[in-house]
Amino acid sequence: MKTLPNVELKGDSLGFWLVVGGLGLVVLGGLGAAWMMEHHGHVITGMNNQIVWGLPHVFAVFLIVAASGALNVASIGSVFGRTVYKPLAPLSALLAVALLIGGLAVLVLDLGRPERLIVAMTHYNFKSIFAWNIFLYVGFLAVVAVYLWMMMERRMNRLSTPVGVFAFVWRLVLTTGTGSIFGFLVAREAYDAAIMAPLFIAMSFSFGLAIFILVLMAHYGASNRPLGDAVMGRLRRLLGIFVAAVLYFVAVQHVTNLYAAEHGGVEAFILRDGGVYTSLFWIGQVLLGGVVPLVLLFSSATAGRSATMLAAALVIVGGFAQIFIIIIGGQAYPLVLFPGMEVSSSFGDGIAASYTPSLPEVMLGLGGIALAGLIVVLGPLVLRFLPISLSDERVDPHTKSASGA
Amino acid sequence: MLLAALLLMVGVGGSFAHDDEKHEHTALGEQCVEDEDFMRRNHMALLKHQRDETVHDGLRTKKYSLRGCLNCHAPAHPSDGSQPASIESGEHFCAGCHVYVAVKLDCFECHAELGE
Amino acid sequence: MKNRCPETNSHRDDLARRKFLAGVVGGGAVMLAPGVTLHAVARPLDAPASGGIRWGMLVEAGKCDSNCTGCVDACNTEHGLTGNDRPATDAQWIRKVDVHDPKSGKDTSLPMMCQHCAEPPCVDVCPTGASFKRADGIVLVDKHSCIGCRYCMMACPYKARSFIHEPLHDQKPWAPRGKGTVESCTFCVHRVDAGGTPACVEACDKKQKGALTFGDLNDPGSDISKKIEQLQTRHIRADLGLDPGVRYSGI
Repeated sequence: MKTLPNVELKGDSLGFWLVVGGLGLVVLGGLGAAWMMEHHGHVITGMNNQIVWGLPHVFAVFLIVAASGALNVASIGSVFGRTVYKPLAPLSALLAVALLIGGLAVLVLDLGRPERLIVAMTHYNFKSIFAWNIFLYVGFLAVVAVYLWMMMERRMNRLSTPVGVFAFVWRLVLTTGTGSIFGFLVAREAYDAAIMAPLFIAMSFSFGLAIFILVLMAHYGASNRPLGDAVMGRLRRLLGIFVAAVLYFVAVQHVTNLYAAEHGGVEAFILRDGGVYTSLFWIGQVLLGGVVPLVLLFSSATAGRSATMLAAALVIVGGFAQIFIIIIGGQAYPLVLFPGMEVSSSFGDGIAASYTPSLPEVMLGLGGIALAGLIVVLGPLVLRFLPISLSDERVDPHTKSASGA
Repeated sequence: MLLAALLLMVGVGGSFAHDDEKHEHTALGEQCVEDEDFMRRNHMALLKHQRDETVHDGLRTKKYSLRGCLNCHAPAHPSDGSQPASIESGEHFCAGCHVYVAVKLDCFECHAELGE
Repeated sequence: MKNRCPETNSHRDDLARRKFLAGVVGGGAVMLAPGVTLHAVARPLDAPASGGIRWGMLVEAGKCDSNCTGCVDACNTEHGLTGNDRPATDAQWIRKVDVHDPKSGKDTSLPMMCQHCAEPPCVDVCPTGASFKRADGIVLVDKHSCIGCRYCMMACPYKARSFIHEPLHDQKPWAPRGKGTVESCTFCVHRVDAGGTPACVEACDKKQKGALTFGDLNDPGSDISKKIEQLQTRHIRADLGLDPGVRYSGI
């Protein structure tokens, strides 16, 4: 018994179409960058034989990790039975799909041979976590599509819980798989840690919710629909908890590594000597992405909407910094072939590699974000993802009967 | 995908009267390792099969090997003293058909386009 | 369709072709390439790589001269690895590594290349199976399946692999390589299959250093096996348990 009707966006304002047009241009820019990279080769990017994964991978991994986290809001409704979150579920699922498609687009377009995607989808080496991830990512899209159907068609609402549970488990496996891309790399000092998987899960919760909050506020602000504190207060506190969880896992990761003399080198690199990586870690990841949002979200002095928006934005910035450090910092630190020795060669042995992002990489990454944005902006124009009102009277469970929807 | 497109082309253009004014090349030998019709329809399947055997198993039989084809069809030093044909110029043996049917060749991104 | 191969070939070309084919099959004393000598009978063309053999290399770092780059130059020439003066993105299949011990002041020089591990991490992580280990132990990239994701480059502990960052021209016929795929030392598989030895080993012999030995690790009678029995040798990063095919002595 749905008491909150969902209504499509009207799409009759100039501002709406300007936003769509702007996003479309950025997507075109991303496609153009991808064409340049495919045509001229990766020599036009900042990536090289020492830093093989660059800014596109930072964007792609961020989007993919956030995608699985964005589904959380829907899961809290279906799996954990919190009826307040149920009206938010369709948008949450749409955002999850949008972010994943954006991330995958960047990842695929950065391949050395993107035209061989067919080969990748027909030849599998199942010892590779990448191969499993192809199934997990594409399967996620299918599962979320079915989940959306269960949510949005009245007759299927009774199945939204079992499907929701399935989707929840799937996204946990997916995020574990994404973290394991790095966790399984025994060769590199910065990876090779089982904690990568739970760390990524915590990151997905945090980044996904931060993006969800911003998208929700943007949609409801722009279409003048009411968005009450009953919803926003809960989302704020939840984000705060997730940010704290990420800080916990990061602390455990680094403290454990510091304890082992073997990992002293890479820890010194990230925490003290790494130049840009050290600054990004302390200022970007820990301060702006962790401590400041915690203060903003939990302190009663900063209880307003703008504080929430700022906190969510900072979490996203800190998240980018974190993934940048993981992916690029992890590659910049040299492979240790002769422990304790000073090593040099014509191939960059023994020294920290340097990396300068290039314009095509930035455009490709932004193109992926814009693609996700387009889906999230145009989706509600076509289907009923957004409740007409999320004001306190409509949402608070004490004033409406909880039911299957 | 390439295979499907090519099969379609071969089916449609199997009888196209393509004069060899484009490629008066100087291939060696009296004839190809298989006859023309067979080669037109199946050369891609032969090359594909051979490449897997060569790369994965180390089988280097010459009959259907790419280097074997090129040694005759696109020699680096043609016996009549003409310039060796390049893919880019469209003069290359393979380009002769592939440009006509607009099926882009991927082979010579990696493989040397001339024989020995 | 007219016959496209008129009988205009010269007798000379015909002979040259037949001699080339016969030479490789017969395993006789034919110059396959300048300086290649046949150490063993060539495997017949239609015989697959054998699981009974395990190709390996021994590097005696004590014999390696830090000023010498013979192995690197030979590899570059053999495979057409022309640098574009862009050391960050140019391919490097073998490189000289200079190791300095800050405690004792001792300096060692050694070549580093793909170690052709028995448990290769690059093979484990490749999503399409393009990175694979042949039956005789040589680890290769099947560039027909490589999608250029570079995960193998992330996974390799030895930084053995290179990605091709720009369009290539004039590749050597025996070493196909192209933009957008990953590559690494192949133990000169085209030479080895014909009964020869890798270009780097040959160059080192030519320069009278003799630091590199190549052979069948499974054959107790081969030069390499005998040397490994006598010398103190080890793997680099043996802690990873990869069982590389390359052993080092003198480090």
